[in-house]
Amino acid sequence: MAMRILYLYGLENFLNYLYKYSISYNRSLMYNEGKQIGRKYVDMVYKERQTIAAISTAVSESGIGIVRMCGSQAIEIADKVYRGKKEKRLISQKTYTIHYGYILDGDEIIDEVLVMLMRGPKTFTGEDTIEINCHGGVYVVNRVLDTLIKNGAGPAEPGEFTKRAFLNGKMDLSQAEAVIDVIQSENEYALQSSITQLRGGIKNKISDVRKEILYHTAFIESALDDPEHISVDGYGEKLKGILENLMKEIKKMIDSSSSGRIIKEGINTVILGKPNAGKSSLLNTLLGEDRAIVTDIAGTTRDILQEHIRLQGISLNIVDTAGIRDTEDVIEKIGVDKAVQYAKESDLIIYVIDSSIDLDENDFSILSLLQEKKSVILLNKSDLDKVIDFNKIRDKYLEINSTIKEFDIPVIDISARNGQGIDILEQTIKDMFYKGHISFNTEVYITNARHKDFLMKAYDSLNKVIDSIMNQMPEDFYSIDLIDAYESLGMITGDTMGEDLINEIFSKFCMGK
Amino acid sequence: MKFSANSVWENKDYYDAAVIGAGHAGCEAALACARLGLHTVVFTVSVDSIALMPCNPNIGGSSKGHLVREVDALGGEMGKVIDKTFIQSKMLNKSKGPAVHSLRAQADKADYSRTMRLVLENQERLDIKQQEVVDILTEDQKVTGVQTYSGAVYPCRAVVLCTGTYLKARCIYGEVSTNTGPNGLQAANYLTDSLKKLGIRMYRLKTGTPARIDRNSVDFSKMEEQPGDERVVPFSFTTNPDDVQIDQVSCWLTYTNEETHNIIRNNLDRSPLFSGKIEGTGPRYCPSIEDKVVKFADKNRHQVFIEPEGLNTNEMYIGGMSSSLPEDVQYAMYRTVPGLEHVKIVRNAYAIEYDCIDARQLKPTLEFKKIDGLFSGGQFNGSSGYEEAAAQGLMAGINAARKLSGLDGIVLDRSEAYIGVLIDDLVTKESHEPYRMMTSRAEYRLLLRQDNADERLTRIGYEIGLISEDRYQIFLDKMRFVETEVDRLSHVYVGTDDKVQRLLIDSGSSPLLSGISLKELVRRPELSYSILSEIDEGRPVFPEKLKDEIEEQVNIRIKYQGYINRQLRQVEQFKKLENKRIPENIDYDSIKSLRIEAVQKLKEIRPVSIGQASRISGVSPADISVLLVYLGGRNES
Repeated sequence: MAMRILYLYGLENFLNYLYKYSISYNRSLMYNEGKQIGRKYVDMVYKERQTIAAISTAVSESGIGIVRMCGSQAIEIADKVYRGKKEKRLISQKTYTIHYGYILDGDEIIDEVLVMLMRGPKTFTGEDTIEINCHGGVYVVNRVLDTLIKNGAGPAEPGEFTKRAFLNGKMDLSQAEAVIDVIQSENEYALQSSITQLRGGIKNKISDVRKEILYHTAFIESALDDPEHISVDGYGEKLKGILENLMKEIKKMIDSSSSGRIIKEGINTVILGKPNAGKSSLLNTLLGEDRAIVTDIAGTTRDILQEHIRLQGISLNIVDTAGIRDTEDVIEKIGVDKAVQYAKESDLIIYVIDSSIDLDENDFSILSLLQEKKSVILLNKSDLDKVIDFNKIRDKYLEINSTIKEFDIPVIDISARNGQGIDILEQTIKDMFYKGHISFNTEVYITNARHKDFLMKAYDSLNKVIDSIMNQMPEDFYSIDLIDAYESLGMITGDTMGEDLINEIFSKFCMGK
Repeated sequence: MKFSANSVWENKDYYDAAVIGAGHAGCEAALACARLGLHTVVFTVSVDSIALMPCNPNIGGSSKGHLVREVDALGGEMGKVIDKTFIQSKMLNKSKGPAVHSLRAQADKADYSRTMRLVLENQERLDIKQQEVVDILTEDQKVTGVQTYSGAVYPCRAVVLCTGTYLKARCIYGEVSTNTGPNGLQAANYLTDSLKKLGIRMYRLKTGTPARIDRNSVDFSKMEEQPGDERVVPFSFTTNPDDVQIDQVSCWLTYTNEETHNIIRNNLDRSPLFSGKIEGTGPRYCPSIEDKVVKFADKNRHQVFIEPEGLNTNEMYIGGMSSSLPEDVQYAMYRTVPGLEHVKIVRNAYAIEYDCIDARQLKPTLEFKKIDGLFSGGQFNGSSGYEEAAAQGLMAGINAARKLSGLDGIVLDRSEAYIGVLIDDLVTKESHEPYRMMTSRAEYRLLLRQDNADERLTRIGYEIGLISEDRYQIFLDKMRFVETEVDRLSHVYVGTDDKVQRLLIDSGSSPLLSGISLKELVRRPELSYSILSEIDEGRPVFPEKLKDEIEEQVNIRIKYQGYINRQLRQVEQFKKLENKRIPENIDYDSIKSLRIEAVQKLKEIRPVSIGQASRISGVSPADISVLLVYLGGRNES
């Protein structure tokens, strides 16, 4: 009823901007209170009505994941990535139909899917909608979403589908309050999850980059505001080098978001364990005939051997500390020390325990190593008399790592020699990977399409600064794009410019008068 | 309040508006009111202190120069007066982009003050009255008049408060403290209480000024001379550039050293700033020398500028060394500076504390939200600087006049003028120090250049009624010349003939491979519109008076077109938020889902637009979403 009145008033424009405001205010995800909204934000607010996409099922190990896309270009974008039988084009299909086919990223097939096609206005949001039913798991679903974004869709903000539904007249205005609550709560939720995703590493990295940008912007600005006290002449050259480094950092973060990289380069895995625990047997079993040994790469030192194993579509680079095998009868301690070194650089630790003999000092140091890593514990020789079981491991682990409250490392009984339990190990590793529990060790890992979007914007802005430097533009032009980059990165961490620049100017540079 | 033996009486002269204070804000406010038809009286504690420059002897500077240009384009007076009274002029940041070029002139202080006073004296409908105003009279939260210390009541319908640093002013150096305004002038001790009674929140700020010294005691041979620009650019768009090519005087540059810093460090306990005798918050952008030494301990020297205060005085200003240290320490400290070894101090440096308001009590028109007809501008609003004051005074005066004429207030937004940024910041953001304009505060500074202030604001000034028809026509002519010329350049092509190639090579540019438009050539960083005149045979002849300005505009428009267009697009977006108005009677308490903090802030500031609301600290994007959905629903029901 109320919506009808809205139209009677001829306020379609109103709807239009209301729509734009609301999505963008969410898009900004700038939750930090007490700070004013930055100019970037204002840009965002009026982003043109875009086709949006998001994963609409819970991301879990469930069998099916759905990626939903809606907006005027939804079908067009879907056609770019969808390959059905006989050159089938979705654009020429009827509404409410389902289509079997593949999603492709370039030439690469990402998944076998069912595509549901629904044309507006008779859809949830009132706009053309595509739902791609793909195989579940973090990896596949994220890749499908990535591909849609690559082809022109924008990442949807929390609550955005609901809001579109409201704004397109699919809900009564009397439901406005409910919608408002959704906006608020989903924002809160998104903030939480977004921050959770921003594991310490990435947040710190982005903060570091921002700090650097702010400092240089403040320097330029202080010189502009007080040219007689501070000179910025010739600063461009120096800044260029600094920015190139920052861009490298950002690029690394962007690259880390393409999940494909894990497949290509593999998960760095270290097998740890005392001599004779069964590491070698395990490796040999894993390398069994039915698995492809990709390469044997001799390491930089004589005693490092790297094996590439493909495990149900995932590539593991197993760093085997060959030296330990050769010298294990000499000094066990040295072997463990070496292993520790490799383990620290790995993405995944497979810790093999001989369950027939009791834990000792070496095991304790390995257990303490596990607390910072993703790991799997194997109780080998499960066919013999066991003196170690799950409880014993758990208790010892919690005792050693007293800051950790919960023991969440998978423990698997295996017999490396006869292959028993190996299938469970494979499944476990696969699950850890698809759920996103394993990622690159040294790289921060961007999982959120929105974050990636802002990283790319920041990258572009810094690139523009470099262009300005190369084109001999005056220094004040640098700060325009520096500030843009600063604000884009802030969108990820939830920080805005506010008075940051002014404060930095005053705190770092001595102004005159 | 009890007055000294005077009986209250009513002044029978007719006034529409009273302006309290005749500093840089008060002068502009009073002139604007009178010029827009109001019978106006301006009160000052001393007629001799009209348009006084109690601190630095310059007008303009980075971003402040922009403000002066904007004031001028709207029909204010500051630019015209400084053009008549400057003794040195510089365009700052000339090697940088046009957005940060900023004019700064050294003023002959006494001349500036006298010249401005004469403008006020000769202004029709404007009376000057030397009296301290002690009370603002109101009825039902509406201004009805003012009362002076002598007991006289002046009925009026609008009041513009421009009290600067005079309210309960206290000057301090070392252990010495006097209850006086700047330069030892009488403080205004009663008005604060009157304002508090009206429910206005007051707080205390602090600023300071360096010593004035005797030129005859300075050894300039130990300093670097700082001459003015060879070709002076006037502030006012009405000033003929030929009229400002005068003989200029120099400023001088010297430095502090470790000895200076040691003296300061050893006597910090005697500084009222550090001993806690001063309660007010000082500005971070013009720190006292003791602040600088403490905060930037790693710097082994700070610049010191010795600047003349005028042509008919030997007093000089020590720029960069404001202080509130005791007199004996001041002597010792200044005398460590090369060239100042035997310096004689005429006036001691001092810090000054004064009452001012939290400007978030004001509407963007600079009228108090709570009191109808009460406006304010200048340092009283928590700003700092002559130029910031003049800009607010002008806007407060304009809006007071418009209010009494039943017209809507004029609010410049952040994309139109530095004045817009200044006032929006003051009325929206929390601030704990005197607010100074800075170019980094302007989001769209490529558009808010000092060179195009006329383009941005003359039309508005004309519509308000402060820009004459003649001036407006000249402005329109200039714009036509600029547009025609830019258009012409995109259609004039030059080829690879010798003359062209030689000019390019001589200018350090690469020669042409094929024909190209002059517009494209202007874009090259090493070239400019004026360099190309040799190979541009069809270039029109512009009126002499406008020639510099037109050439500058053509050059900038072409060279920075890409950047300018980018900011124009950003402004389009920004405007949409600004144009979404929030009704005055909105009841924030009734909006479900707004967070409590947001409700409090919104109730306090009562933003006029969604744009302003979004700039309030403590109001989150989600709150703005809620507000929009609410407004959408409310509009319909």
